[in-house]
Amino acid sequence: MDAEAIRRALRRIAHEIIERNPHLENVVLAGIPSRGVEIARRIAGFIREIEKADVDTGVIDVAMHRDDVGTRKELPVVHASKLPVPLEERTVIIADDVLYTGRTVRAAMDAINSFGRPARIQLAVLVDRGHRELPIRPDYVGKNLPTATREQIQVRLQETDNGPDGVWLEKD
Amino acid sequence: MEFGWKKIDDDMTARWTRKDLLGLRELTADEINFVLETTDAFKQVGTREIKKVPALRGKTLVNFFVEPSTRTRTSFELAAFRLSADVINISATTSSLTKGETLKDTARNLQALQADIIVLRHSSAGAPQFLASRLKASVINAGDGAHEHPTQALLDLYTIRERRGEIAGLHVAIIGDILFSRVARSNIFGLLKLGARVTLVGPSTLVPREFEKLGAEVSYKIEDVLPTADVVNLLRIQHERQRREYFPGLGEYIRLFGLTKQRAKLLKPDCLIMHPGPINRGVEIDSEVADGLQSVILDQVTNGLAVRMAVLYLCGGIAR
Repeated sequence: MDAEAIRRALRRIAHEIIERNPHLENVVLAGIPSRGVEIARRIAGFIREIEKADVDTGVIDVAMHRDDVGTRKELPVVHASKLPVPLEERTVIIADDVLYTGRTVRAAMDAINSFGRPARIQLAVLVDRGHRELPIRPDYVGKNLPTATREQIQVRLQETDNGPDGVWLEKD
Repeated sequence: MEFGWKKIDDDMTARWTRKDLLGLRELTADEINFVLETTDAFKQVGTREIKKVPALRGKTLVNFFVEPSTRTRTSFELAAFRLSADVINISATTSSLTKGETLKDTARNLQALQADIIVLRHSSAGAPQFLASRLKASVINAGDGAHEHPTQALLDLYTIRERRGEIAGLHVAIIGDILFSRVARSNIFGLLKLGARVTLVGPSTLVPREFEKLGAEVSYKIEDVLPTADVVNLLRIQHERQRREYFPGLGEYIRLFGLTKQRAKLLKPDCLIMHPGPINRGVEIDSEVADGLQSVILDQVTNGLAVRMAVLYLCGGIAR
């Protein structure tokens, strides 16, 4: 995917969010650091462009909610979460770059629940590469990219990676 | 084949590889800054409806306090609870140390209990180092003799950074019994590494010129220092353990070095007033000054909890 394809995909997701959420004032677009935060910001930008409406954005740290405490060999960096409270009555849309095993999303849902009990949680991802290990499915998908597990998906965004936007598939 | 979490990007992997936190002397400025950044994330947890995260679930922490301390111990205990770790408290009176067991044997027993993290407060400098080099568990120094008290200094640095944005270029005065203070020592190392100017103030018997070798300035006249200070950190006068030959006497100390209401007028309006606690009202600080607008003493307590969560996470958060 090149920069233009990413732009179109995120713009389409913005349209779908508007269509499925008549009360946009209740929506919170919450990104997972670091690229998810940028994706949430961009989707919010498209919604503003299309609907002239501002939606709240936020940050969800998943590092402290991971399920591999006893086995991991590398320590993930924690970030400060930021969500508007109270979350009751609100729709939190988790935004991330790549959906893979689903474990990050599970951790994100856990994190959100420690802030309160939103009316619903939805999921928006730029790329769905398959290989789920948990019963999780996205509500908004930029692109489905069937991959082998040994392949790697690399998303780069200008704001987070100091380079042009793009999605690369790396074999081995 | 690997299932589960995708490999962490380089920029998402912690810039911290230490098993133990023994002191600030051996840390780099980058490591100190990384602890402070991590603290931001854990401080946020304290504002949630549910103030608990599973970051250390299944880990066992032993609070091993050979020297009494309620504040530091409860701060570590609450930090561990908020990270979902299990906590055992062992104090000098309940441990077998009083029955003649050596520190090494006690340590081996803790290891046999499969403790993952040991928080040690000890009256001997170097005791945490001794345990750290012999045990698989992470060892966190919660104060060893007159040597170091790294989490206290880190919470002081965090509090300054939170209020002033940056530590580099600030002038910090540390006032009181510097010679016997592990808080002072850790603060001096941390502040200098982050680029602050440090002036130590107190009676000449308690503030030897030796400290100039570390890069700090020394002054015996508090009035000379207060007008240019951005932060004053007042150490507790541990009058219960002062030796006569070092200490001028309480009345004379207050007269010469106490932060009285009158002296506080010399401070810049935005100067922060800090104290590691517990405070002796009317000794090193007047009541009105301790409760005044410039005082960040209670922020220090709140931040201490977040700093300790960060330290426990960084040292104890991976499989060893």
